[in-house]
Amino acid sequence: MTTLLFERSLPRFAAARVVSSFGSGRAAGIGPLRLVEQDAPEVPAEGWVRVDPVLSGICGSDLATLDGRSSRYFEDIVSFPFVPGHEVVGIVAADTVAADGAALEAGSRVVLQPVLGCVARGIDPPCPACRAGQVGNCGSLAFGHLRPGLQTGFCADTGGGWSTAGLVAHTSQLYGVPDALSDADAVTIEPVACAVHAVLSAPITPGGVVAVLGAGTVGLLVTAALSHLAVSGRCPAPATLLVGARYAHQQRLARELGATDALPPDQLPRTVRRHSRSLSFGGAAGVTATLSGGADVVFDCVGSPESIAQSLAMVRPRGTVALVGMPGKVTVDLAPLWHREVRLAGAYAYGTERAGVRQNGHQDGNGDMPTFALAFEVAESLQTGRLVSATYPLTRFEDAVAHAGAAGRRGAVKIAFDVKKRQTR
Amino acid sequence: MSRRPGFVLEVDKSTPPTLFWHGEGFTLETLPEGSRVIYAPEPMKPIEDPYRAIRHALLHPLGDSDPLPALLRPGMKLTICFDDVSLPLPPMEAPDARQMVIETVLDMAAEAGVDDVVLVAALALHRRMTEDELRHALGDRIYDAFAPHGLLTQHDAEDPDNLIHLGETDQGEEVEINKRAATSDLLVYVNINLVAMDGGHKSVATGLASYRSLRYHHNPQTMRHSTSFMDQHRSELHSSNWRMGRHIAQSGVKVFQVETTLNNRAFPSNFAFLQKREWEWSVRDRATYLGTSAALNAAPPRVSRQILHGMRAPHKLTSVQAGEVEAVHNCTTENVWAQQGVDVEGQTDILTMGLPYICPYNVNSIMNPILVACLGLGYFFNMYRGKPLVREGGVVIMRHPTRPEFHPGHHPSYIDFYEQVLTQTVDPLRIQKEFEESFATDPWYVHLYRTGHAYHGVHPFYMWYWCAHALAHLGRVIVVGGDPRAVRRLGFSPASSLDDALEIASDVVGPSPTVTHVHNPPIFMSDVH
Repeated sequence: MTTLLFERSLPRFAAARVVSSFGSGRAAGIGPLRLVEQDAPEVPAEGWVRVDPVLSGICGSDLATLDGRSSRYFEDIVSFPFVPGHEVVGIVAADTVAADGAALEAGSRVVLQPVLGCVARGIDPPCPACRAGQVGNCGSLAFGHLRPGLQTGFCADTGGGWSTAGLVAHTSQLYGVPDALSDADAVTIEPVACAVHAVLSAPITPGGVVAVLGAGTVGLLVTAALSHLAVSGRCPAPATLLVGARYAHQQRLARELGATDALPPDQLPRTVRRHSRSLSFGGAAGVTATLSGGADVVFDCVGSPESIAQSLAMVRPRGTVALVGMPGKVTVDLAPLWHREVRLAGAYAYGTERAGVRQNGHQDGNGDMPTFALAFEVAESLQTGRLVSATYPLTRFEDAVAHAGAAGRRGAVKIAFDVKKRQTR
Repeated sequence: MSRRPGFVLEVDKSTPPTLFWHGEGFTLETLPEGSRVIYAPEPMKPIEDPYRAIRHALLHPLGDSDPLPALLRPGMKLTICFDDVSLPLPPMEAPDARQMVIETVLDMAAEAGVDDVVLVAALALHRRMTEDELRHALGDRIYDAFAPHGLLTQHDAEDPDNLIHLGETDQGEEVEINKRAATSDLLVYVNINLVAMDGGHKSVATGLASYRSLRYHHNPQTMRHSTSFMDQHRSELHSSNWRMGRHIAQSGVKVFQVETTLNNRAFPSNFAFLQKREWEWSVRDRATYLGTSAALNAAPPRVSRQILHGMRAPHKLTSVQAGEVEAVHNCTTENVWAQQGVDVEGQTDILTMGLPYICPYNVNSIMNPILVACLGLGYFFNMYRGKPLVREGGVVIMRHPTRPEFHPGHHPSYIDFYEQVLTQTVDPLRIQKEFEESFATDPWYVHLYRTGHAYHGVHPFYMWYWCAHALAHLGRVIVVGGDPRAVRRLGFSPASSLDDALEIASDVVGPSPTVTHVHNPPIFMSDVH
């Protein structure tokens, strides 16, 4: 069975870091990722089932790992060797039940909620976060009957989506895929869920201005999630949703997915200024001009020092910068954050959301829903599978990763492995 | 030797290549045989003693007006308003016509014992002039006498304390103008009538107005129905201004209009070849052309711009008339046409033009893509009386680098118009409906207009509306040698050479089109029969 295995190898890691400095995704061939023949992992306990991946996406966090650029923070919540791939649509190998209790027959399509929280790890009682349904905040990622791993795709015991051998998943991780969704739509469910969680965690003001910086998969899906959730009354509707997108195809997609306007990132602050009817001051050499007002919320879907600085310059006093793109170690001038009392918030993964339909500005009931359930709504409504630009067989992993690393420049958004069919499109 | 009138040349085998301006440079193009090239009339003979002529005009007013001295008395409130930096083009050698007129008016005011005198630059929504620009327009003597005491002001269309609402015209157009000017015992307006569009009631009704008032005539509907706005009698822009001007007069505002005309001697002696017809170039002219164009092409655009904007035109005064606005302007318009009119028989399929480095809105600044469009389609296209030079459905081919460059201090809202509006639509009506008000009332643009040297937030809209008549009339607009992305952003087609442009144009006008080139500047206006 063909599997892409990520091993702990300091020389390969160092080589990947050097080569990737010439461009993300270029180091797949010399880095710690290897194509091997390997069987499926053992089912670790009762309540687990094998899932055979159909499509498995390449995420920004995967690229950072392959480039040797992910933060050392993750070292203790990852176990080696692991099979990457946490954006997965696959087929269950046996009858089982889904996270919502629905029966799943063998052969059913499922998507994976990849966080390996307390329930999957057999930890009872679960940690406070898991008890509250916020599995993304689980504090037990290194404990229980599994080796450390924040998600499937980073844990040595579960396998991952980049394998024809399959992976093992706990029933609490499984969501059945309705027939209306294509495989491409389904493989975006996990990143859509991240976007939904980011949007519903942010203090969006009705009639206000929201900016999304970056229009790769994350930025576009935040755009999609916000426009769908606002239209469906699940979150306040901003008057203006502006997207900073470097490439023409990203700008087109952002508009299609609901952005008021999409334009090059360097123009985003000017556009936010205009829509927020702010003044602009500063802007001397080396310092980003700051707005007197600005956006209520800026979703930074890049996570670089430059994007964080730009986000801080665009957000209004007491506004929120939500870091959705995975940042690493950055150097940023936090003076504006301090002076303007800006809230800098991380937005990671998913769990349970307060997303009852809002009427007259008020939440209707407590409306708690799994983030994944909302992600299905978004994906079906906006056909997020349109973001899947190309698929590759596992054997062409170097090409796939290189394509993903240069997705924007090459007119693409999401690159995925076509695990079953071994076809390229 | 008498002055030669304008001339329409038919290109044949012996015709030398034709000079096309190309932004901060120029080039020679070979036009197809049979093409027409329209040359401006030669410069009119200037007035020998301008001060004497000005004094005569002030003492012998036209229309229903007393001589200026009879309108001046001790204790009165006198406001002298004058055209801003947008006129003339290029800026004229000192002394500027405004300086000469205002010095004469001030002498008369002093003789009459008038001591409450304020000068107002009639900016409308243009940028505030710099000290250097004011000194150039008015002379050091006036500047030093008035500016230090706060008596030299610039119209602020966003200053609620210095605007006055004078009601509405019979067509419901709101009239709101500069309060100091409107509440003075006498408003003397001093203009430079470079083209037929300038002057008349437009001086006060536009130059001293607010956005609230300007929006009634600076809009796409009015512009589309101004055919052309160089022809006052067929211009909705002027009809609206005339209604407002008459309303201002009926409101009790006493205006004494002083209008001046200049000859079209636009270039100093070291650029003499630019004033001539190519077959009359001397060896020295050819050498100067080669040297100048090579130097300008080799220099970075910033340097070329600096050289060209430093040029002062040897324009000379050809007439001055004063008195009642309409009587004055009728005479002025005749004098403008006497200098600039060229008779042209019939329209053309393709109109070509080389656009220079300057237009009314980038003096000492950068010609951004929106101003390129405005200069070509707003000004050059509209320099006609009767019928447009190019037939309906025809093609305009412009030559200009059209770099996506902007002066951030002068044109801040232009940047956002280019990036945020033209990316959505180039349709003037949709632009007006969806974007105009938010730009016009944007607090940052207002702040920069009032405190810096920025054009008002709505100004790029007006520049685009200026193109509305041409955009509705033409089948295609092609820009030769322009930045392709910027050209496409404007909704036009890029071409790398004139031959390519003619090839592209053939899709619209067929394989054997008629071609006419406007050899402008020096400025001229076509009387198309």
